Amino acid sequence: MNDQSLARAAVLRPPAAGPNPVLRLSGIGKSFPGVRALQDVELALYPGQVTALIGENGAGKSTLVKILTGIYQPDAGRIELDGAPVRFPTALSATQAGVTAIHQETVLFDDLTVVENIFLGHQPRNRFGLLDWGRMTREAKAILDRIGARIDPHVTLRELGIASKHLVAIARALSVEARVVVMDEPTAALSQTEIEELYELVDRLKADGKAILFISHKFDEIFRIADRYTVFRDGQMVEAGLIADVTEDHLVERMVGRSVDTIFPKRHAAIGPEVLAVEGYSHPTEFEDISFTLRRGEILGFYGLVGAGRSEFMQALFGVTKPSRGTVRIGRQAVAIRSPAEAIGHGIVYVPEDRGKQGAIRPLPIVQNVTLPSLGRTSRKGFLRMAEEFALARRYTERLDLRASALDQPVGNLSGGNQQKVVIAKWLATQPRVIILDEPTKGIDVGSKAAVHEFMSELAAEGLSVIMVSSEIPEILGMSDRVIVMREGRLAAEFPREGLTPEMLVRAAAGYGRAA
Amino acid sequence: MSTFLKSREAMLALALVALVALVESRFRGFAAPGNLAAVFNDTSVLMILALGQMLVIMTKCIDLSVAANLALTGMTVALVNAAAPGVPVVALIALAVGLGLLLGAFNGLLVWLLDIPPIVVTLGTLTIYRGVVFVISGGEWINSFEMSPAFTALPRMVILGLPVLSWIALLVVLLVAVLVRLTPLGRAILAVGGNAHAAVYTGISVGFTRFMAFVISGGLAGLCGYLWVSRYAVAYTDVAVGFELDVVAACVIGGVSIAGGIGTVGGAVLGALFLGVIKNALPVAGISPFWQLAISGAAIIVAVALNARAERTKGRIILKSAEHAA
Repeated sequence: MNDQSLARAAVLRPPAAGPNPVLRLSGIGKSFPGVRALQDVELALYPGQVTALIGENGAGKSTLVKILTGIYQPDAGRIELDGAPVRFPTALSATQAGVTAIHQETVLFDDLTVVENIFLGHQPRNRFGLLDWGRMTREAKAILDRIGARIDPHVTLRELGIASKHLVAIARALSVEARVVVMDEPTAALSQTEIEELYELVDRLKADGKAILFISHKFDEIFRIADRYTVFRDGQMVEAGLIADVTEDHLVERMVGRSVDTIFPKRHAAIGPEVLAVEGYSHPTEFEDISFTLRRGEILGFYGLVGAGRSEFMQALFGVTKPSRGTVRIGRQAVAIRSPAEAIGHGIVYVPEDRGKQGAIRPLPIVQNVTLPSLGRTSRKGFLRMAEEFALARRYTERLDLRASALDQPVGNLSGGNQQKVVIAKWLATQPRVIILDEPTKGIDVGSKAAVHEFMSELAAEGLSVIMVSSEIPEILGMSDRVIVMREGRLAAEFPREGLTPEMLVRAAAGYGRAA
Repeated sequence: MSTFLKSREAMLALALVALVALVESRFRGFAAPGNLAAVFNDTSVLMILALGQMLVIMTKCIDLSVAANLALTGMTVALVNAAAPGVPVVALIALAVGLGLLLGAFNGLLVWLLDIPPIVVTLGTLTIYRGVVFVISGGEWINSFEMSPAFTALPRMVILGLPVLSWIALLVVLLVAVLVRLTPLGRAILAVGGNAHAAVYTGISVGFTRFMAFVISGGLAGLCGYLWVSRYAVAYTDVAVGFELDVVAACVIGGVSIAGGIGTVGGAVLGALFLGVIKNALPVAGISPFWQLAISGAAIIVAVALNARAERTKGRIILKSAEHAA
């Protein structure tokens, strides 16, 4: 309590001296197998101020949030709360120290009421040790009033929209006397009016003396609500300062600032005639009016912020979900794609982003994973033929340089990169015309990344058309012949390879300025 | 995985041999070939149903209606036989299987098209099918004297030293093994249970695959309807009440994962035999039926615990490889 009043007092000090940070991270490092996620990171959060954390996907922002909230432990560095070193070995210890997080998609319980969600884990008890419902309800109402939320505390969360769920998450944060509030892209799924309400709430939290870390890709909102900024790039902090001192251009430059065209070489391939044409593809809730063409031997990059509707569109194109409008032509022939089986029949295949969930079938052996969509070719008269299956699997896994002791070992035993290779081999074995790769190198180590890029070049050279959905700017710039940018479910821009800069992509994706 | 599963089956086979040896040590003659063949014959129906159930469980569903399906098809063919003894037995078997297929298809359609959880669907149809048995029989028993001699004789007819009932079970084992190993449907069943999401992206219709598993389970239950009623030469409303639990237990003991995607024909057969031996041995030992239930239950829990431990070992292997990568 005493510390807290000291921190409050600090706000009142004359600005010349500057307030002391509530939370200070110094020299934080964190590595995962094959990846250095964070290196020597500095971050300071001040009471009553909003610090914006800016960086590309993969810059290490999420890892930092997980360290702050006790989900990951840093390998190096120290965390100080009010100048005293602390450790957050568990999520609970972070909460108890007053650090809470509000995630993009709130992690609350849909079937519990607002009151139950707010107090779950720290319910007030009465003198018999039973839950004190009266006090809980009173306090919940008080907190909701304080943040200006008009929510009935007795409804279940399922009945609320995302914006209201955020409010409940914030109320929950306040109920534990949070001093540091981490907001991880809280506006990503909100409508415009809801976003305005959230801004007002952030202002209230500021006035309340909370230190806020605000993660966002949208420059307009960063300049609307943030006092300070910290830029991350490739797991390192590259710059921090006051928002009032910088321009948007400067931040974009610091965010992407590096030469990219040498990292992922796309070999030259002859671009042939049009293979696929999509016209006016729309979905009631996910995307609208998507039109583009794809040519033989071309790699078409799809860039956008997370949640821009790229994967959702690809799933519709592959027949997993149904579009409400729109047509597809393959070659000159108009086709209807109503199921993945039909898409595969037309030579379109999709390597999903989440290979754990949508890609590999872990209990099945490698060989059976690879041949699964090609069983028509490896079977005769309705019976599978093992020898043919092994031959097919061997051909494509060898091509991808898959490292596995035996083709009959289950895919679940392989590393992430090798699982990805199995999934790609599976699709190549169907001899497709168009291959959609959704975040093909997400979460795999640098060596495997280069191999995947090399391989994409080869596919294009052989006359396959590739659609590559990627949120990594260097990958998009290095590999694509042409880039389409999506924003909020619509086409935002289309760029040829020549003259394309990271700034142009970031601006088109974030909706800042006019795309060149 | 295949070596791993083989070793699990080997373990189960070993446990089975040990169990038989234990019983033999107390009661001379239990392990005599003739008696073992009798135990196998006695377990045939359980084995056939367990194989159908295995297919359903492998798609991450469950079919609790098999015993009620058996009772309904059994009662139907018994009624037809009693009313028209001239109808050939082969036609009655076809009727039983066909009706079973329909009942299974009804389950499958509800799971596929209405997307109702399988446990709810089959709990519902279990009650419905059992209720219909009462309605069509009026609660009456059909006894052996009302059945034609050909109807009751077939399962007991001995060919090459084994009763037809045993031969039918062996045939079903063979057919299901071929289905799982050598047909695209079998592969689809494994894929759907292993990862339904990924199966969708591979172009497999998850709903249709589950539908087919229910149809097959239903068809086999229908076949068992005839076999049960003709073997015991009696049909009544409560035939095989609660037997679906034995069937699920046989699968679980046999290493079929309730989480889907994992299971082998050998495992299901051994699981059924394990239960069969327990059920045949305990009465010989003069153990009260209530203790028999408790011992069967304990066997199930031990099997599940062992399987769960096997799954955990798998997790550790993954972590090790992650360490090596680091």
